Amino acid sequence: MIGLFRRPWVRRVLSNWIQPAAIAGILVFAVMRGAENINYRWQWYRVDDFLFTSENGAWAAGPLVQGLFVTLEISVLSLFLTLVIGLVTALLRLSSSMVGRGLARGYLELIRNTPLLIQLYVMYFVLGPILGWGQTTTAIACLAAFQGAYTSEIFRAGLRAIPRGQVEAGESLGLKRLDNYRYVILPQVLRNMLPPLTNEAVSLVKNSSIVSVIAIFDLTTQGRNLIADTFLTFEIWLTVAAIYLAVTLALSTAAAMAERRRAGA
Amino acid sequence: MSGDTPSIIAFEDVSKWFGTFQVLRDVDLSIGEGECVVICGPSGSGKSTLIRCINRLETHDRGVVRVHGVPLGPGERLPRELRGKIGMVFQSFNLFPHMTVLRNLALAPMRNLRMDKEKAEETALTYLERVHIGDQAEKYPDQLSGGQQQRVAIARALCMQPDILLFDEPTSSLDPEMIREVLDVIFELTDSGITMVCVTHEMGFARKVSDRVVFMDHGEIVESAAPDAFFDAPREERTRAFLNQILHYEATA
Repeated sequence: MIGLFRRPWVRRVLSNWIQPAAIAGILVFAVMRGAENINYRWQWYRVDDFLFTSENGAWAAGPLVQGLFVTLEISVLSLFLTLVIGLVTALLRLSSSMVGRGLARGYLELIRNTPLLIQLYVMYFVLGPILGWGQTTTAIACLAAFQGAYTSEIFRAGLRAIPRGQVEAGESLGLKRLDNYRYVILPQVLRNMLPPLTNEAVSLVKNSSIVSVIAIFDLTTQGRNLIADTFLTFEIWLTVAAIYLAVTLALSTAAAMAERRRAGA
Repeated sequence: MSGDTPSIIAFEDVSKWFGTFQVLRDVDLSIGEGECVVICGPSGSGKSTLIRCINRLETHDRGVVRVHGVPLGPGERLPRELRGKIGMVFQSFNLFPHMTVLRNLALAPMRNLRMDKEKAEETALTYLERVHIGDQAEKYPDQLSGGQQQRVAIARALCMQPDILLFDEPTSSLDPEMIREVLDVIFELTDSGITMVCVTHEMGFARKVSDRVVFMDHGEIVESAAPDAFFDAPREERTRAFLNQILHYEATA
């Protein structure tokens, strides 16, 4: 009997299937027990209407899926902006200009040492009206400014990891500074940065839930509103969490695949 | 210098410091067009710094460096008209690891000489043939041996059709059995009319290939002579000591 557990296939089945299943079982049991303790009445059957609705045979996105689209839109746009801010900040920090380095450093410290929620409020109530920004613009700018600070450190590490000789080789071939970055340095930096960048993208998706405080109808806001209407607290929050999880897992999987393909190239 | 050719590179009283350490001391050196000069000397003597001042990967602190007659003052970078005209081959090859060999060669001509892709790759292949690795064009640098990589690096420099080629210890990071193939390729370039300045410890190569050998020590030029005179009848005590040190085994073997 002991010998059985030593066999490779048994161990594989154990670690790949039985262990995760057991952990999931314990979690489900805990949630159920908790619900039971407060006499929670499960109504999962009502949830699919919040994902998709069908009226007269035509399918339409329910509030949760609509919220997901808003979340994705905000995430994608602010991810793009994050990369730009991250790169520019990193280049400034590595530049020979004292003013550039100072600006980058100041921005970094400001962002890293204040809470995201406060940054969002400041942008929404103070900067937004001055610049004439609406909610969505504010949300995207705020998330990008926040994540850009962290991403710039990744860019900086990535840039510093490129041997000096690469820059010099490009220079000695007469490449203009911009061409040198575009063709020689950045492709190598990006390849090294793919794993940590994925983490940033995942945090961005998760952090985007904070925009629910400035009345943007993202996934989190939709979930909260539904709960206010229906009191399906457990079902909705669990569903919302599962949707976030699906998005972030898809991101990490895609990145892992891209990385594997590059490694094979 | 040889005197009969106009000088293409000239150092006039050039000094340079790294912090308080003086790497170059009042260097005066003139290199004629098409000349092949080998620079040797103990490590830390300023050889690499000297040739890096020619293509301005380093800038000097005092004096003037003239390249193609263009005077470059302290701190001055390479002016636009000289960009791409001075090729360099590095000790550690510095090929671009994320590009195929062919693209390593074609990139700079496409971006700088406004060559279209087809023409640039055609030129690249010609130069790859010239360094005897035309069949490796589609590989990535890390799939090649050290000797092959360095030959790719030479071909890459040639693609920009430079009139000066700088070699910074081109064989120092190669396994012994690969040194020869790289030196042969450099030797084949001597009749190309390209001015070559080569920092190396390969004294046999210096003797065979160069028009002149320059010996540096402690940031100054100690001796500069034609190879036969340099090796057979060095004038300076320091040169003799250096040659004794590095030629000892070759001489007794």
